[in-house]
Amino acid sequence: MRLALEKRETLPFRIHLLLPVGAVGISFLLSFVPILCAGANPFTAYSYIFYGALGTKTSIVETLVKTAPLILTGLCAAIAFKSGFYNLGGEGQFYLGALTAAALGICTGLPPQTALPLIIAAGFAAGGIWAFGAAVLKTKFRVDEVVVTLLSNYIVIYVVSALLDGPLKDPRTMWPNSPTIMTAARYPLLLGGTRLHAGVLVAIIVALLAWVIMRKTTLGFEIAATGANPKASAYAGIPVIRTVLIASFLSGGVAGLAGVGEVSGLHYNLIEKISPGYGYAGIVIAMLGELNPVGVVLAAFLFGTIITGAQMMSRVTGVPVFLADVIQGITLLVMLAVLILTSYRIRVSLDHLRGAHIKRGITTEGTEYTEYLDADLRR
Amino acid sequence: MTPDFLTAAFLAGLLAAMLRMATPLLYASLGEYLSERSGVLNLGIEGIMSFGALTGFLTVYFTGNLWLAVLVAFLSGCLLAAVHAVLSVTLGVSQHVSGIGLTIFGSGLALYAYRLVIGAPIVPPQVTPFSPFEIPCLCRIPFLGPTLFGQYSLTYLALALAPLLWIYVYRTHWGLRLRAVGENPEAADSAGINVFRVRYASVILGGGLMSVGGAFLSIAHFNMFTPDIVAGRGWVSIALVVFGNWHPLKILLGALIFGGIDALQLRIQTIGVAIPYQYLLLLPYLVTILLLALIARRTSHPAALLTPYRRE
Repeated sequence: MRLALEKRETLPFRIHLLLPVGAVGISFLLSFVPILCAGANPFTAYSYIFYGALGTKTSIVETLVKTAPLILTGLCAAIAFKSGFYNLGGEGQFYLGALTAAALGICTGLPPQTALPLIIAAGFAAGGIWAFGAAVLKTKFRVDEVVVTLLSNYIVIYVVSALLDGPLKDPRTMWPNSPTIMTAARYPLLLGGTRLHAGVLVAIIVALLAWVIMRKTTLGFEIAATGANPKASAYAGIPVIRTVLIASFLSGGVAGLAGVGEVSGLHYNLIEKISPGYGYAGIVIAMLGELNPVGVVLAAFLFGTIITGAQMMSRVTGVPVFLADVIQGITLLVMLAVLILTSYRIRVSLDHLRGAHIKRGITTEGTEYTEYLDADLRR
Repeated sequence: MTPDFLTAAFLAGLLAAMLRMATPLLYASLGEYLSERSGVLNLGIEGIMSFGALTGFLTVYFTGNLWLAVLVAFLSGCLLAAVHAVLSVTLGVSQHVSGIGLTIFGSGLALYAYRLVIGAPIVPPQVTPFSPFEIPCLCRIPFLGPTLFGQYSLTYLALALAPLLWIYVYRTHWGLRLRAVGENPEAADSAGINVFRVRYASVILGGGLMSVGGAFLSIAHFNMFTPDIVAGRGWVSIALVVFGNWHPLKILLGALIFGGIDALQLRIQTIGVAIPYQYLLLLPYLVTILLLALIARRTSHPAALLTPYRRE
């Protein structure tokens, strides 16, 4: 059997909507294998994931609170990938946003009315400038942004760790935590008695803004065109380098906002492991959402659900909580395979098994011919 | 500063540590090199190394057989890399994203399997790791002997791998085919080379090597598996391939330099210099980025790198 890919017509939009659903379905099925290895019933495991994430008011709030940073890191990857800039530094940019929020949040000199807006803007700028730096290295020095953004994650995380051991350390505890930020630096709570904070609204508003920018503005068009074909875009007069630089700044900035949300909305201080890999999860979410901001929100909600529910699922069934990571990886790989099938179809050919070898060509008279050769002429 | 900073003993220790630190980088970067030579970037390297560290560790944990562990790690790396091959060679998806997917999957699977098999004990279980293999006679040479000839067998193998790979790529018929596929797959195909088969073989074997690099960490360098055991060594290895300008011997040189930086920062830590240790830990990553910025313009990757090949 031989497999080949053939170009196919563009699929209608409604089928495009079904692709992520199909990919998630296949991934859930494939994840039966690790669950069965853990000696658990997959259906029980999945039902506890969903019950643990969406079964009670408290759990729904927890899921939303986890969804917020995932929306933002998902947008981080989506905006960058759309422009053809592979920003894999969402994790580091997240930490920079969190660091900024923690550092400014303990400055009691800040005027209370402007403290939060200032922190949001500074957190955005911190993440944005970091990604912008990688984009400058790419456009000016032709350094591959993939390696730079991945390595820069470690730099940020070690710097944060050093600061939490030194100048930013809360002197009242022995743990590497920063002091608690002042009240004026916190996101207001939306629902009494729960952890639901305004950062969730910020994430959704940013997603809507991203949708408007990507769909309705010249910048959005330039980003998409640059990502699709930089050479043609440059030829058409689009400032390709400037577009990549802007997209990288927006991308990193949005990841910075995710970090701000975790400090100002949830923890009220900076801790060493403040991100359980939100930056990397953002890449999965962006691909599952087909780089569309609305799709990103939906995909982030799905993974917010899985990450939250995995805790309860693990407690009840004994399946390791890392199932959430395994599902993320499988989903990304399956989604990639599904996406390619939108532009190609797989053709299965059995000809060579029968020993037939097909020769196609054009005769001197200009007519096409197909010749079936009995012998297998393959080398 | 203590006056014994530059004594012979210090330097010999540094040299020995450099070779040890360079070993996982060598396996990983040479594996990545093999893959990229055929035109396929494998960003799954970090996940493959993580998974290799786990399978290697578990094999020793249950059987105590170290060489079996190396074999198991190699095969598990091949298996994970095969997933990348299907996606990037057969389906022709974005090699960047497929690799990242594999890294998320491989690292997640390693943590999942460790928790499943070992659980979450307060004291993580340890295994008896490889002990240094002292080459008889040679290791009695004063100063250099114990340093150069008292290393792990896996280190000697890694050091030998670079020239072997050089001979394979530049001096054999098969290497010529490999380079043709990585530079110009259309021409290679019309010359009768099976582009897909060469790419599959390179990606899969490369994955096996990366995985052995991961296993070196858990069964030689350390004697246990920890969640962050690979700690970005995969990404550094990808940078090493760029530094080495896609040449095995230059990659060897780069890996030694980075092993040296790693060994040096460890020693500065133990001397007790008043710099937070985290700033020393981030040194290799920072140096990598700075060097990349300096040399990126002068490197030339295989022409067909990142380009999926489709027969029309």
